[in-house]
Amino acid sequence: MTNLTLLIIVPLLTAIAVLSCSKSAQVKWVSFIGSIIQLVLASATLAAYISERAFGNSAQMLFQQRYSWFKALNIEYFIGIDGISIVMIMLTACVVVAGILISWRVETLTKEFFFLLLLLSVGAYGFFISLDLFTMFFFLEIAVIPKFLLIAIWGSGKKEYSAMKLALMLMGGSVFVLIGLLGTYFSTDVGNGVHTWDLIQISHLHIPLQTQMYIFPFLFVGFGVFTALFPFHTWVPDGHSSAPTAASMFLAGISMKLGGYGALRVAMYLMPEAAKEYSWLIVLLATIAIIYGAFATLMQKDLKYMNAYSSVSHCGFILLGIGMLTKTAIIGAVMQMVSHGVMTALFFGAIGMIYERTHTRQINELGGLLKTLPFIGTVYIITGLCSLGLPGLSGFVAEMTVFVGSWERPDAFHRIATILAAASIVVTAVYILRAAGKAVMGPIVNEHYHHLKDATWNEKIASVLLIVAILAIGIAPFWLYNLIAPDAQIIMDNIAGVVK
Amino acid sequence: MSTDFFILMKSELSLTLIIFILLILKVWDGIKDNTTWLHIVNFLLLLNFALGFILNSDGMLFNGMFHTNNIIFLEKSILNLGTLIISLQAFDWLKTHKHVPEFFILLLTTLLGMFFMISSGNFLMFYLGLELASIPLAALANFDLEKIKSSEAAVKMILLSAFSSCIMLFGISLLYGSTGTLNFADLSSQIANGNLQILSLIFVFVGFAFKLSSVPFHLWTADVYEGSPVSVTSYLSVISKAAIVFVFISVLGPLFLNFKGMWYNMLFLSIILTITVGNLFAIRQDNIKRFLAFSSIAQAGYILLGLSAGNQMGSTATIYFLLVYVFSNLGAFGVIGIVSAYAQKENISDYKGFYKNNKMLSWILTISLFSLAGIPPTAGFFGKMFLVTAGASHGNNILVIIASLNMVVSLYYYLRVVKAIFVDPNDAPIAKLDSSFSSKLGLLICMAGVVLTGFASCIYDYINSLTF
Repeated sequence: MTNLTLLIIVPLLTAIAVLSCSKSAQVKWVSFIGSIIQLVLASATLAAYISERAFGNSAQMLFQQRYSWFKALNIEYFIGIDGISIVMIMLTACVVVAGILISWRVETLTKEFFFLLLLLSVGAYGFFISLDLFTMFFFLEIAVIPKFLLIAIWGSGKKEYSAMKLALMLMGGSVFVLIGLLGTYFSTDVGNGVHTWDLIQISHLHIPLQTQMYIFPFLFVGFGVFTALFPFHTWVPDGHSSAPTAASMFLAGISMKLGGYGALRVAMYLMPEAAKEYSWLIVLLATIAIIYGAFATLMQKDLKYMNAYSSVSHCGFILLGIGMLTKTAIIGAVMQMVSHGVMTALFFGAIGMIYERTHTRQINELGGLLKTLPFIGTVYIITGLCSLGLPGLSGFVAEMTVFVGSWERPDAFHRIATILAAASIVVTAVYILRAAGKAVMGPIVNEHYHHLKDATWNEKIASVLLIVAILAIGIAPFWLYNLIAPDAQIIMDNIAGVVK
Repeated sequence: MSTDFFILMKSELSLTLIIFILLILKVWDGIKDNTTWLHIVNFLLLLNFALGFILNSDGMLFNGMFHTNNIIFLEKSILNLGTLIISLQAFDWLKTHKHVPEFFILLLTTLLGMFFMISSGNFLMFYLGLELASIPLAALANFDLEKIKSSEAAVKMILLSAFSSCIMLFGISLLYGSTGTLNFADLSSQIANGNLQILSLIFVFVGFAFKLSSVPFHLWTADVYEGSPVSVTSYLSVISKAAIVFVFISVLGPLFLNFKGMWYNMLFLSIILTITVGNLFAIRQDNIKRFLAFSSIAQAGYILLGLSAGNQMGSTATIYFLLVYVFSNLGAFGVIGIVSAYAQKENISDYKGFYKNNKMLSWILTISLFSLAGIPPTAGFFGKMFLVTAGASHGNNILVIIASLNMVVSLYYYLRVVKAIFVDPNDAPIAKLDSSFSSKLGLLICMAGVVLTGFASCIYDYINSLTF
């Protein structure tokens, strides 16, 4: 029997072990081993999940555990996973390993750095496995504050401003979520005036449309802030560009996905009628984010800013898929979460590796990296191609699924949105190819670049791990599709049941 | 006078006993060493705290003037615990002070007053307790005898507390005039929402608002907090405030609930103003005691939010929050006390680069501030969550939304301090401070409380089993 609580306990114990280390090398090895255990554990959970499903276990949530926590308020420690959560857990595990390996060069306050990274991963795992809204919110908030410290202490550029902006905006987002959750809690009634936080139970209750119309915006906007919902995306460029490499990877790879997952699992699933009513607005905002993000990226001269804005654009696809309200589009949205998580983590990793060697992120100061840094250059190009949606890589699969799902909506509004979103890929191709062509290919612009050393073993492992994930999704998307499809169907049934 | 008397009044009697022991020891003049004094006091307070867990029962004395029950015993235990922690943390400050026993005699007298207030069954008894709790506090505020700011704080405090007592007394007299009784039990059935009674409610509430430093009666807080010694400030901001809230929960809340809409509307206005103004002023402070003064004003607003629920969930959440608040605020004040005692620095800008030499103290301060801000996994998160949940149970959306959004504002100023500690560069950061064992123990208790109170849901369930 798989014990999901281990997913929280292992990073937590690793974090505590890190605190008791004295040398920075010890700290790194302990974190690395801890993250490998996480990855093994996550893979084992995935295998167990697939085999349970193969043997016909059709329960909505597998491996459930349920303990009463605060009895008086009916708060429970209630966890379990379905196909959507398990892929998010796998994503988290991969990004954590890569992030820790990439941070091998951190020498200032090493212990604290790795402690905070691990704490962040505790929050992420906890969030993805929670089925109790209170527990879920608890873990969501755990994942906010470490980011502030990571950026403010180890960041670069205008790090204090960015860290504060990020912390306050994400806190604002979680406060919106909190208001929404309180509204949900008090509009449930499971007999004798007792309310519940139980996600599954609430999904079977019928919350009146009028209540849903009040609550849904809070929940969706709250989670939307995390996943760069236009116009609440402004923390993304500043936060990402000031963050240290590993923090950027965690931020883009895991943290932004908390929002997408929450929007899908909590907002859409619990408030299906309101979701239906508001879906046009979601589609509108998502389309704006996609196009605006793409054009904003076009104007950037800094590699990290570029990638941050392109994240806004790519996260728009997640929201677009969610807002389309078709099964395929929702599957596409989840695939985009995974794909974008892996791809951006790798992207930021590559940029971090380049920056550490050249000490610049300005595109016009870089050039010819492929000649001096063949490995890093190749990594950059691979992620770039993934980002612009080259077939065979994960980006193509995910975006294609979103578009196919979106095309199922035949009316003019949704068609136009789909066409505009699809057209943004051209812009993506422009900025990716331009950056790759100038910085990675091109002539060597700086004499000093001749003496650069290519990736070290840890960076190679991290990159290869994420590239394997990108290829696995890109070449054999069906396994991911099959994992997600039944649960996307459940969410759709909930919405369709209302729509009919 | 039966054994009942001794059992029901055990908290008050044991405090009185400690006060007398200290007085006799002082007159005997045999103890020359401050450290010995402090150890004796801490030991006595520990016994006093332990006594709170045995022989708890319900009952009344003196024809209903004094009443007690399990929840009141719990409230007194929380106050006892806070006082014990403050006494432990005062070690570094008092070990060179000339008047150690006097400090504790005054401190415990105010605590005794608070106990009478919480247990009162009659407005006269209540007022007696209130005055007993207020007047020695002014002397305490002036305990750094050579500091002018301390004297200013004391004068401000005594004047304003006399003023607020007057207003409250006027309210009580109006209530007496309109009902003919001062007994809480009788009053409940007599309140008819007449104009005179509403006026009296307003006056009594204003008196309370002064003590609780809720807006617009908060103006004394910052100056008094800034001028007083750190231990007294922490006592004012934690124990005094908690005691007033406990009075609301156990004594006056049920009475005021009879005013229904009027009472709720007053609270509504007061909550919004208190939280918002407290937060906005806290942003601008540089003195860390003033900063905590304004943050504690904002916290008082959240406490009122829990009280406004007027149901069991509200009382439980409020008591629980206060327990957490004791730990988190005293954790912060403990660190500030150490820094103030050894480095004589009390500004946020002095804390720049604090992490460089004082790793442990920095983390303790940070965790305490996060707990105050309501960030998980600290207990403050749970405390604040439950308060907001209780506030939401009344169904007032505007109130809940304003209170929740204020959490973002409060995060900003708490993070400002955290940023100073960890990020801001400083050429001459505060040197490594080596505090006494006693202060460390105090901080340890606070940290254990901040970390464990949240996860140990049995504490919440226990409180919930006592409230009604």
